[in-house]
Amino acid sequence: MLKRRILSGIIIIIGAFLGFLVFRGVQPGHTDIVARHPFRLGLDLSGGSALLYKADVSKLSAGQVNDSMDALRDVIERRINAFGVSEPVIQVQTGLVNGSRENRLSVELPGITNLDEAIQTIGQTPFLEFRVQSDEPQKAIINNDGVVEINPDQNFVSTGLDGKYLKRAQLEFQPNTGEPIVSLQFDEEGAKLFEKITGENIGKVIAIYLDGGVISAPVVREAISGGQAQISGSLAPQEAKELVGRLNSGALPVPITLISTQTVGATLGAEAIHAGVKAALIGFVLITIFLIMWYRLPGLVAVVALCLYIVITLLLYKFIPVTLSAAGIAGFIISIGMAVDANILIFERYREERSRGKATNDAMDAGFARAWYSIRDANTASSIIAIILFWFGSSLIKGFALTFGLGVVVALLSAILITKLFLRALPTFEGKKIGRFLFSSGFTK
Amino acid sequence: MFITRNKSFFIALSVFFVVASIIALALFGLPLGIDFKGGSQLQVNYPNGRPGIETIKTTLAALPDAVVQPTGESGVIIKTHTITEVEKNAVIATLASTDTVTESSFTTIGPSVGAELKQKAVVSIILVLLAIVLFVAYAFRKVSYPVSSWKYGGAVILALIHDIAIPLGAFAVIGHYTGAELDTLFVVALLTTLALSISDTIVVFDRIREHLGVDEKHNTPFETVVGESLKETFARSINTSVIVLVMVITLAVVGPKSTQLFAIVLAIGMFFGTYSSIFLASPLLIVFEKMQKKHT
Repeated sequence: MLKRRILSGIIIIIGAFLGFLVFRGVQPGHTDIVARHPFRLGLDLSGGSALLYKADVSKLSAGQVNDSMDALRDVIERRINAFGVSEPVIQVQTGLVNGSRENRLSVELPGITNLDEAIQTIGQTPFLEFRVQSDEPQKAIINNDGVVEINPDQNFVSTGLDGKYLKRAQLEFQPNTGEPIVSLQFDEEGAKLFEKITGENIGKVIAIYLDGGVISAPVVREAISGGQAQISGSLAPQEAKELVGRLNSGALPVPITLISTQTVGATLGAEAIHAGVKAALIGFVLITIFLIMWYRLPGLVAVVALCLYIVITLLLYKFIPVTLSAAGIAGFIISIGMAVDANILIFERYREERSRGKATNDAMDAGFARAWYSIRDANTASSIIAIILFWFGSSLIKGFALTFGLGVVVALLSAILITKLFLRALPTFEGKKIGRFLFSSGFTK
Repeated sequence: MFITRNKSFFIALSVFFVVASIIALALFGLPLGIDFKGGSQLQVNYPNGRPGIETIKTTLAALPDAVVQPTGESGVIIKTHTITEVEKNAVIATLASTDTVTESSFTTIGPSVGAELKQKAVVSIILVLLAIVLFVAYAFRKVSYPVSSWKYGGAVILALIHDIAIPLGAFAVIGHYTGAELDTLFVVALLTTLALSISDTIVVFDRIREHLGVDEKHNTPFETVVGESLKETFARSINTSVIVLVMVITLAVVGPKSTQLFAIVLAIGMFFGTYSSIFLASPLLIVFEKMQKKHT
């Protein structure tokens, strides 16, 4: 008994301390481990935009699709990073439409509500093109360092060799000098074109254009067969690396179209958080009143257990982390009800055993043992539904399923571990009037 | 137990509500939201006061299919076919020409995404029902007398169909009078209702299982066993439902606007879900047992 009381006391103190950290972590300026893991808010609460793109993979063979989608994600991630969004979430998704697979890219941009620019930055398919100088007089100068200086007035014309012929670009280093080289590999058709173009332009500059801008303009030294080309000289390693990335993106043959968008202003999101927290608090107070009025001392125990349940759940949200949306908050609020249910099952059962004349402690044990089957079966059924909902999966529903499912599991654990321990740590007041009152329920005296 | 004595009345009441729901569905239909059919939804806020809905409609003459609904104190929701970001900005510019207007949210859902969500919604409801029957049949596999474990599953399914039909019917009525449309959150509310209702039913059935296990010689009539089990679990069922209902109603009254309708549907579902657990599923078991007796 004493052991249980000490253990209960320790749990309550730890719980209160953790609860304090969660509460304090919401205010700025704290750097403890709880505050360093902030609640992750969904776009509908933090404000921002979500875009969903459909990728047209009809020109790809089945084996290429996954790689191409990953490459597409990398490219778009780079573009968004360049755009200056903090913590964007970019994911490859697949959808089933009328039995056929649709490849999608989902882009979430927290804090961005003006979509025009974002859509433009993302939306253009990167276009890589090789151009040659026209026969007009040219003014390319190669200075002493080997840097090719291009006069923007120069007249470059398309050669017909573009990104769709480029197999891949790779970063290499010259074995002797350690100088970075960007090597290009064309496909069969591209190789033939490249050979023809280089053969016709020996000593001239070939400009590599990405999205209409020159990214590199090497001089042709000889006709190149086999589809291998190199861009060398004058490149800093970082520059070369970026160039490879951009060339590979230019080589990407996956056009995308925007199919869904969602933008939520920061004000609306803040209002939703405020309302959600308020609903949770009011609901909690109402439940507390009900539990203590109806179940008296065990009711008070349930309230303390419920507080611990809430602290544990919120910590899990922070550390897993769970992205909280308005639907997620709803799932949490409902899970509070589920957590109370396990306690009620135990109390009712306990009361019944008591009315059969058992002593407080015996009745408690019997109550737990019998209520366990109901709690287990009911929570299993709820978990099954949470799992199906999670599978159902648009981000909105996943958020709900996660908080709801997590709630079911934590509620189960808190009922069988915490409530049980607390109840058995209570003084029983055996045989005293006050004991009978404190452990009765409902309208009885 | 008054429930088992008057089981015909309680079952009839359920049937009445289900039939009324089906009639409501047939009369009003289910208005699908943009989640399921695709389209655009724009929410704007009028910080200096909202003009009349008709005035806004007149301003938006260029979008003849636009549905304009008030939301909150000063907000307006405009639903229309799929429009692009550029078109949306034009709409806001039009609205801003007469009043001060700020954009609160904008959602566009392509038709293929909508079709997929619809399909997933139907599949997940069927999956949930299937999973529950299997689970109940499994959990009660050792109980075969006087009714087989599959019949527990059957009673649960009938109760769950009742739980789905009534919120759907209620939504048809709500939708008809308020212009609310079915969205993915509604499906979530429906599935949550099923989760809570099935928990309630299982708790009662658990009691029946326990009593049957103790009463090895089957001296007590089945109807009495069910009645006793109901009596013993009655307080728990009501109390749990009251607590979840308190949470859900609080969510509906003070919670975020975006989950308000969800909470209302859930409250309706919870109410009838509790009803079906107490007044429908267990009485149905007695009916099944009586039918079985007649056959043998």
